[in-house]
Amino acid sequence: MTYFIDRRANAKNKSAVNRQRFLDRYRTHIKRSVEEAVNRRSITDMERGEKVSIPTRDISEPVFQHGPGGKRTIVSPGNKEFVEGDRLRRPSGGGGGDGSGEGGASNQGEGMDEFAFSLTREEFLDFVFDGLELPHLERKALKDLDEVKPVRAGVTRDGVPARINIVRSMREAYARRIAMRAPLRRALRAAQEALDEEERKDPVLRNPSRIAELKAEIERLEKRLEAVPFIDTYDLRYNNLINQPQPSSKAVMFCVMDVSGSMTQAHKDIAKRFFLLLYLFLERNYEKVELVFVRHHTAAKEVDEEEFFYSRETGGTIVSSALTLVDEIITRRYPPTQWNLYVAQASDGDNWDDDSVNCRERLMKSLMPRLQYYTYVEITPHAHQALWEEYETVAAEFPDRFAMRQIVEAGDIYPVFRELFKRRAAH
Amino acid sequence: MTRRKPIATGSDWNFEILEAYEHELARLADEYRLDTYPNQIEIITTEQMMDAYASVGMPVGYHHWSFGKQFLAVEQAYRRGQMGLAYELVINSDPCIAYLMEENTLMMQVLVMAHACYGHNSFFKGNYLFRTWTDASSIVDYLVFARKYVAECEERHGVTAVEQLLDACHALQNYGVDRYKRPSPISAEEEVRRQAEREEYLQAQVNTLWRTIPGRQRADALPSDLDSEEDPLGLHGGGRYPPEPQENLLYFLEKNAPLLAPWQREIVRIVRKLAQYFYPQRQTQVMNEGWASFWHYTLMNRLYDEGLVDEGLMLEFLQSHTAVVSQPGFDSPFYSGINPYALGFAMFSDIRRMCENPTDEDREWFPDTAGSDWLEAVHFAMRNFKDESFIQQFLSPKVMRDLKLFSIVDDDQEEMLEVTAIHDERGYRRIREALAQQYALSLREPNIQVYEANIRGNRSLTLHHVQDSRRPMGRSVYPVIRHLHQLWGFPVRLESLSEDGAVVRRYQWPLPDEEGKE
Repeated sequence: MTYFIDRRANAKNKSAVNRQRFLDRYRTHIKRSVEEAVNRRSITDMERGEKVSIPTRDISEPVFQHGPGGKRTIVSPGNKEFVEGDRLRRPSGGGGGDGSGEGGASNQGEGMDEFAFSLTREEFLDFVFDGLELPHLERKALKDLDEVKPVRAGVTRDGVPARINIVRSMREAYARRIAMRAPLRRALRAAQEALDEEERKDPVLRNPSRIAELKAEIERLEKRLEAVPFIDTYDLRYNNLINQPQPSSKAVMFCVMDVSGSMTQAHKDIAKRFFLLLYLFLERNYEKVELVFVRHHTAAKEVDEEEFFYSRETGGTIVSSALTLVDEIITRRYPPTQWNLYVAQASDGDNWDDDSVNCRERLMKSLMPRLQYYTYVEITPHAHQALWEEYETVAAEFPDRFAMRQIVEAGDIYPVFRELFKRRAAH
Repeated sequence: MTRRKPIATGSDWNFEILEAYEHELARLADEYRLDTYPNQIEIITTEQMMDAYASVGMPVGYHHWSFGKQFLAVEQAYRRGQMGLAYELVINSDPCIAYLMEENTLMMQVLVMAHACYGHNSFFKGNYLFRTWTDASSIVDYLVFARKYVAECEERHGVTAVEQLLDACHALQNYGVDRYKRPSPISAEEEVRRQAEREEYLQAQVNTLWRTIPGRQRADALPSDLDSEEDPLGLHGGGRYPPEPQENLLYFLEKNAPLLAPWQREIVRIVRKLAQYFYPQRQTQVMNEGWASFWHYTLMNRLYDEGLVDEGLMLEFLQSHTAVVSQPGFDSPFYSGINPYALGFAMFSDIRRMCENPTDEDREWFPDTAGSDWLEAVHFAMRNFKDESFIQQFLSPKVMRDLKLFSIVDDDQEEMLEVTAIHDERGYRRIREALAQQYALSLREPNIQVYEANIRGNRSLTLHHVQDSRRPMGRSVYPVIRHLHQLWGFPVRLESLSEDGAVVRRYQWPLPDEEGKE
């Protein structure tokens, strides 16, 4: 008695729960790996899973076992040269002992010190955001209504002549004509038949007044049929176009970072996470996102990501140099009519004495009118300085498009991000 | 020579072809008197196979992180190509569930059906350990019950609480086995009904046990003159508790741990029951795999002899079979201990050889077996032994020579290892003895028993570890007694005794404040 059952279709992902339990249990380990991966990877490269290793001792499931020592007898196969009574030096690896008991032991000599496995992309991103206490990145519509695109949305009865839908209008007219003429035609046919009948009669029996009456009726009906208009304003149909706000498909994000001596690696890591979130966010809203990295101390420079986050060049701080450079790059390469422009600036807030005023000027006059959004995060546990104050006046001027927050530690990144990007009331 | 008329050619399979082969295998198996449970053959995907693997082959299991770990490990090894997935997995249940992977070639599917559905299956049904200790008809039901119960506990008490409890139980599951009493088979509904009863009863028992302890006095405490009905365990008449050392630690904890809630006791019990279910498998690895390999080999050859498979399939089969039953020598880079498939296959094949072509040596060593009916002989061997006694009884000089077995003594008091026996006249008996010992579960694992629960004093629990050949406990002892302490709720002590009964080492949890671990 045997049954065959095809189980292939069902019970997929049965071990997902157990797998999740495992990941939860080793959250801290995995988070560490993921954090390293985030710092190692470029901002655009978040589309892969990640390999994670956990020290075997941390995940072992202990059971009572014999330790090394004592006296044991080991039977092994494959003797070629030994005879009874041979004495051998103890191999350095320790006693061979019996196998693991469970199938599939690794038979190459190297001990497995690490338990390695792969996270899927989803699991990886979960952990990336988990570090930021980000449950799920919501798809939020940051409204940029500058560009609208007319979209056809059915037909309407009124509109401008240029949008007349001829086919639909003619169809309406035809229908109306059928509807309006049918009873007249029926009456006409009846009158005609009556007239014919009358006229077929013997001339003696004809009723001339009846004939005249019918003729008049026929004439009247024909006139009325004639009077049914070929087309009426009532028949006209217009293509309906509505203006749909269109997120334009391209965006560019300027990452501006202060790399003066006071920005430590920890500060940069926080900044990187912030930029990363912003990038993932923009990526979900635009087809194409470009990144421009601008770093500055006393002078600003456009660099690649590697240099942006990891180079050690330092100096004093002149923030406006970076803003000027961003302004120039926009003018040169990213015309605001074609690009959605975002600037994210991270700094510890330290600036050259007189420079903060220049920053405000530059923002108010030139940058803000062209940007979709400007975010400034100040990564510092300390009190704010001149730059913050100047920026506050910018924020007051552009409340919808300028946002600034302070970040003290990594845990603040996500809440600040939420705050900065929360849905705004439509304007 | 039969005319070749294979059922199918090539390596593709479909259900009709599988059914046709299965039909032929069933016919041949019947000829060989292989008594089996009905087969339920399930075709599954790679992912499902990894999953089944991860849950130790249980078709349904409760959730636990360690199964997730297993899954990830298997997946990783498989993806990297380090491990060919088992192409078969078979479950001791009635009907006997066998998994075939969809990726297998036709040859593999036929091989697996022969191996699992007729080899393992008949072993499960015939071997005395399985007959005594497992109840194939109710295991799936029990697993369903266990999974549901654990899930309910997670809902009520939180995943973490249940997980910690399971961790602790898993650490002790090898010591959750009853070697002397046979569990009675019951159905799942019955299990649920009894579970409720047990809960009440157990709690009452435990209360009695601890009722008179100072500090845990309860309002409903009994008067001090307990009669024997109130004190069934004789706890208050003095003497040690338990009166006899207990080797089933989980059972002892389930019945006696003072602070466990009823649901916690039930989970201890679930782990214990499952450990019990797998206990025969741990003791019959060589026999079980050997038996299945012996039969897939015999059945495949019969299919070939009858012309039901073509040469191509047979060549593919022989290659695969050889890989499965190969035994690399100790000095080979592929050596990873004795291959149970190789040893078991060699032994069962050897029994057949002894019956069919006995030599003088066989007649001297195995007077009962040599020259007898081979089918009778292999069935007898399969039914009545476990690895330890099977080797003791049937490992012949020929097999020892073929495998070139030798034994080495590793004594930490000696500077050198010593080769104590090789495959020669003088060594046969000693090698056989040593190899049998190597498979004795009682010697593979430290011998640990509950010695005393101090129910009148500090409620501490004392375990004894009786050393064998001076072998000490491994490093994992502390994590394990820590788990034990979680279950017991009061200090736990483990004393290692030398063979003459002297305490050579003490372990305890919690650790003493001052002196550290010693």
